[in-house]
Amino acid sequence: MVKLVRSTVIDAPVDAVWAAIRDFNSHKFWHPAIADSVIEDGRAGDEVGCVRRFILSDGESVLRERLLALDDRERSFTYCLTDAPIPLDGYVATVRLRPVSDGDRTFWDWRSEFTCPPSRRAELVELVGEGVYQAGFEAIRERLSRTPSARAGAAPRSARAEPSSPTSAAREPAAPAVRRAGGAIESWGMVMTAHGGPEVLERQTVEVPAPGPGEVRLRHTAIGLNFIDVYCRTGYFRLVDPPGILGMEAAGVVTDVGPGVHGLGEGDRVGYACPPPGAYAERRTMAADLLVPLPDDIPDETAAAGLLKGMTAAFLLHDVHRVTEGDTILVHAAAGGVGTLLCQWGRRLGATVIGTAGGPEKTRRARENGCAFPIDTTRQDFVAAVRDITDGRGCDVVYDAVGRDTIEKSFEALAVRGHLVSFGQASGPLPLLDMAGYAGKSACLSRPNYAHYTGTAAAVRRLSDRLFEGLRAGWLRVEAGQSFPLARVADAHRALESRQTTGSTILTL
Amino acid sequence: MVKVYTSSVIGAPADRVWRVVRDFNGLPDWHPAIAESRIENGVPSDRVGCIRNFTLKDGGRIREQLLALSDFDYSFRYSILESPMGVTDYIADFRLLPVTDGDQCFAEWTAEFDCAPEREGELAELVGQGVFQGGFDALKQRFGAA
Repeated sequence: MVKLVRSTVIDAPVDAVWAAIRDFNSHKFWHPAIADSVIEDGRAGDEVGCVRRFILSDGESVLRERLLALDDRERSFTYCLTDAPIPLDGYVATVRLRPVSDGDRTFWDWRSEFTCPPSRRAELVELVGEGVYQAGFEAIRERLSRTPSARAGAAPRSARAEPSSPTSAAREPAAPAVRRAGGAIESWGMVMTAHGGPEVLERQTVEVPAPGPGEVRLRHTAIGLNFIDVYCRTGYFRLVDPPGILGMEAAGVVTDVGPGVHGLGEGDRVGYACPPPGAYAERRTMAADLLVPLPDDIPDETAAAGLLKGMTAAFLLHDVHRVTEGDTILVHAAAGGVGTLLCQWGRRLGATVIGTAGGPEKTRRARENGCAFPIDTTRQDFVAAVRDITDGRGCDVVYDAVGRDTIEKSFEALAVRGHLVSFGQASGPLPLLDMAGYAGKSACLSRPNYAHYTGTAAAVRRLSDRLFEGLRAGWLRVEAGQSFPLARVADAHRALESRQTTGSTILTL
Repeated sequence: MVKVYTSSVIGAPADRVWRVVRDFNGLPDWHPAIAESRIENGVPSDRVGCIRNFTLKDGGRIREQLLALSDFDYSFRYSILESPMGVTDYIADFRLLPVTDGDQCFAEWTAEFDCAPEREGELAELVGQGVFQGGFDALKQRFGAA
């Protein structure tokens, strides 16, 4: 049994603190770990027995807690955890405020008891004690305190996950560039201030240097959102260290050309889809040979929505495995950004395309994109469905970017001498694979890395030419299913991580 | 029934403050209003049920009985058996609570008693400010305010 106590003194009257925290549904307004909260069944937040459902600020994790007691005289409430993504068993917590009559302040005591696996005790005590209780103290202190935080090292945190500037700013026409000494331009971008949830993305002023040799400076017109941005944000991929700017796909206009750049000039429309990250910004300076000139008949939005996913589909279907007529392929997340392109393109190559999608709306979308056999995974086990569709043979290639939740079953869905292509892990880190088990099907496994297939200007040209050819001929369509102003990129991340998006998502300026 | 509530924040961890205030015979060591104190019948001062007999600096004499003592909760409870104040059924609780994010503790001192109705305000002030806050001020002077 772990007994955890955290307490503090807030320099505000006890009734003010109680008013801020009393309602069981109020945490979303003040606690930095809580992105959203609802009371289930339409009950009131001070109804003992009510259940609150939290969405944590990672935009994904859900937990449910039941109000067990509320006492306005003692200024206390007690609650228990009923569902959580972490192993806290029998977790019961009590919040209690006491007045400090000497100075009209508040003593706040937050304590809990729970059991947990001994190996995770230290980690969970830290998570609950610091991440929940102490973080809550600091948020209320910042909000209500008459004096700055007295706690050493307690940096004030930005109150909530909302963008730090009015969203209307993002819809304003591009402001005239403010030039600085040395040719740098003052601009703005969404800076990742730390690895973490969507709230780490903050609007900040940034300086865009004058282009050096081989570089150009761009003004973005549309930016593509990709799951790799989420991996970079959480730190799963160490492509960007905070403070830094995420984003690997955009379209824009060349505004300045550095020495030694050939074939690009001011006013040219270009796109890119590659590291290094830095697209979540109004302007950037980058190497000219990473850019793809955009043909007149390819709109900026299409390029921003389709370059990365389209080039991904291109190398997955042409290079990682050369898909040919008569192949049967399984595409996971067939209604998603890359998924819809794999379906269209796979069918164009003559393959039979089976796809998985969650729910009738997404299966319909997969079918519209060329998936001959959409499987609704909310109703059907895809392994059994693939067995039925292929008469027990399995698929020649499985394209799996879902990862943890599907990878083992994807192997089951493979044909003998099939090829499992794992190109992402949207549902979580991949388990260790049982290589010996691959002998059971003489299976082949690939874990392609985007950068290795798009690492040279020649490779980018080849892949983008194929993409533009398909778009121009009409057998390939890229749909920006939704767009968000760049300043609201945190919301876009939440939508992407909670599987609420369809097709591609773009950020507008 | 009069209820008095006084609380403060003392600039030292609860266990350090507790070592000073725990001794039921130790009031003269830290409370400015107390001149001298003894435990009746020679029993230890942490024996629940013991009676302290002390003299105020203004000459009054008070007898109080220890009703509860908790080293786990940093708390004690006592009643007044005899005093010149004119109170009956007087029970007081003292408690320290750690403040985990700083080297300080929260101190709470409460009392309930009966008295003549016209003296309620005066006695609440005497107990809450004179006795309790006076004690807290002395502790803050000794350990630091917070």
